[in-house]
Amino acid sequence: MLSAEAEKIMAAARPHGWVLEPEALRLLETAGVPVPRFAWARSKAIALEAAAGIGYPVVAKVVSPQIMHKSDVEGVQPGIADGESLAQVYERFSRLPGFEGTVVAEMLSGHELIVGAKVDFQFGPVILLGVGGTAVEIYKDTTTRMAPLQASDVPSMLGCLKGSRLFTGHRGAAAVNLAQLTDMALRFSDLVMALGDRIDSIDLNPVFCSQERCVVADARIVLAR
Amino acid sequence: MAVAGVSLANERHPANVIYNKIHLRYPVKVYPVNPKGGVFKRDRVYRGVDEIPGTVDLAVIAVRAELVPETLMQCIRKGAGGAVIISGGFAESGRADLQERITAMAREADFPFIGPNCLGIYSPGHFDTFFLPGERLVRPNPGNVGFVSQSGGVLVDQMVKFTEQGLGLSLAVSIGNKALIREIDLLRHLAADPDTRVIAFYVEGFGRNEGRAFVEQAAAIRKPVVVLKAGKTAEGSRAVGSHTASLAGDYQVFSDVLAQHGIVEARNEFELTCFCESLSHYPRGIDGNVGIVTVSGGHGALACDICADLGLQVPRLSEAVTEEIRTSLSANIRDIASLENPVDLTGSAVDDDFVAALSALSRTPEVDSVLLLLLPYSPGISSDLGARLSYVHQQNGKPLVAYVPHVEKYRILIEGFELNNVPVASSIDGAAFMVEAMRRCRPC
Repeated sequence: MLSAEAEKIMAAARPHGWVLEPEALRLLETAGVPVPRFAWARSKAIALEAAAGIGYPVVAKVVSPQIMHKSDVEGVQPGIADGESLAQVYERFSRLPGFEGTVVAEMLSGHELIVGAKVDFQFGPVILLGVGGTAVEIYKDTTTRMAPLQASDVPSMLGCLKGSRLFTGHRGAAAVNLAQLTDMALRFSDLVMALGDRIDSIDLNPVFCSQERCVVADARIVLAR
Repeated sequence: MAVAGVSLANERHPANVIYNKIHLRYPVKVYPVNPKGGVFKRDRVYRGVDEIPGTVDLAVIAVRAELVPETLMQCIRKGAGGAVIISGGFAESGRADLQERITAMAREADFPFIGPNCLGIYSPGHFDTFFLPGERLVRPNPGNVGFVSQSGGVLVDQMVKFTEQGLGLSLAVSIGNKALIREIDLLRHLAADPDTRVIAFYVEGFGRNEGRAFVEQAAAIRKPVVVLKAGKTAEGSRAVGSHTASLAGDYQVFSDVLAQHGIVEARNEFELTCFCESLSHYPRGIDGNVGIVTVSGGHGALACDICADLGLQVPRLSEAVTEEIRTSLSANIRDIASLENPVDLTGSAVDDDFVAALSALSRTPEVDSVLLLLLPYSPGISSDLGARLSYVHQQNGKPLVAYVPHVEKYRILIEGFELNNVPVASSIDGAAFMVEAMRRCRPC
């Protein structure tokens, strides 16, 4: 069952065919999936105020129903150190097609994973886990499970990846927090089951996983046609 | 059994081929059916299935598509046990409406049928409904593999492969358009069939959400399920914009979801044959730590490479185990054999050396399976070795697979294994796949 809040977000997204990032983050929040501290700023003043509240450095991301892949149009600016830079970035984004403001969010760190979902014709909702970031389609290192997930599926999925050692503390690097990742994935799996065949697919990419926590930095929810 | 569609004029009509083989070669009473009536091979031809005086357990329907509904109705009126509809001309050629009509009729009457557009059932020793002349078929012996195929051609060809490998069938079914009886129904049937130990499928695709029901059912039964899937490359990466839709293509999801449920995916017909053979002996999953026994260093090295490619481990044996083997070896090989794994007994090994190596490997928890590369041209090997090693294997049941070259003069060795329940492959790859089958049986 979706919450009333989630239902409202889904209804508002229908005309676009997909859920805008700030709305997608809010939808995840309703399901208890960790998201960064963020604001959807529709003016420069609000952006600056939000950034001050979150604390620099921040990341700014363009919001536009016409832009699904933000990186492709340089619509993502990480590591903004101060208000002056933020104002410039806001200015630049405002010239992009369909501009409807900016997401201002805290900067996250950790390993980058992709967690996804799609409604498969033969198997219904499935959950994907893999090596995330902008190069997901280069590495293609992912594995899929039929939803809903069990807690034991998450370590097993991680183990199926070619890059699994990246996440378990390779050469002194910190391992991901498996308990947090599992919790996050199970909450996401519940949300996916509740959304049912209203979605086509969802990308949570990247999901930043550190030793402390797993947080969804960006979300793309494509609705079923 | 009733065969509807027998022709009085065309001896090569599919119905005639089926009538002839049942009539001549199976312990079954068969009734020819043709609306024109008459006499065929000194047997009365019935005008309808419902005119047959005796019980009809199965009706084979091989009439033109537009006559199928009427024939099906006769079967229902007669109270026949079920039907196999051989006839084509339904959903596969644009007549989905006709297919829906017969399916609705059967549902309404709770009447089961296989097909249409299929070869139907092959039940070794009992009957078959294949419209292929008996002399053209390669017929596997009765055995314990149940095989269900969407394609009749793949089924018949796989029967050749199974026979070559000495693998027997409990039941084979070509389900064609699977209008009524589908994979999941036969999965349930074969799960309950005491003669079936392994259930294999050739699948082209499932209907909407049908795959979900199938894997849940397969995971719930205790018999190994093997699936060969066609259409791996027809990627469902539609341009919808999300990475997940493109990365989780139709085949990738299929493959991952099978593994999640401990269903063994065979990637080709060779794997399918090896997997069925292996799992009919060893139906439980293993981690895949293999002990290899060989008389040739080269064979040991090749087997290691194949195992590594598959993701099987060939762990180095502890000194305790190698010493246990060494002290039991013949004096002339004790100092030249290399025992770390692969256990290379050298070309001077005799039967007792194999028994010593296999006994130690069967007992140690360092390996969970043993792959034996047996090259009978090695002079110390006697024809008793297959049976002797099988007895060692039976002591504690650790899975043992053997490679023995499949030529006639080694048959006594091969049968020594096979008749004692140890599978024998005809190649090193085949033997490694037999071990891999058990590993894939474990949910990933």
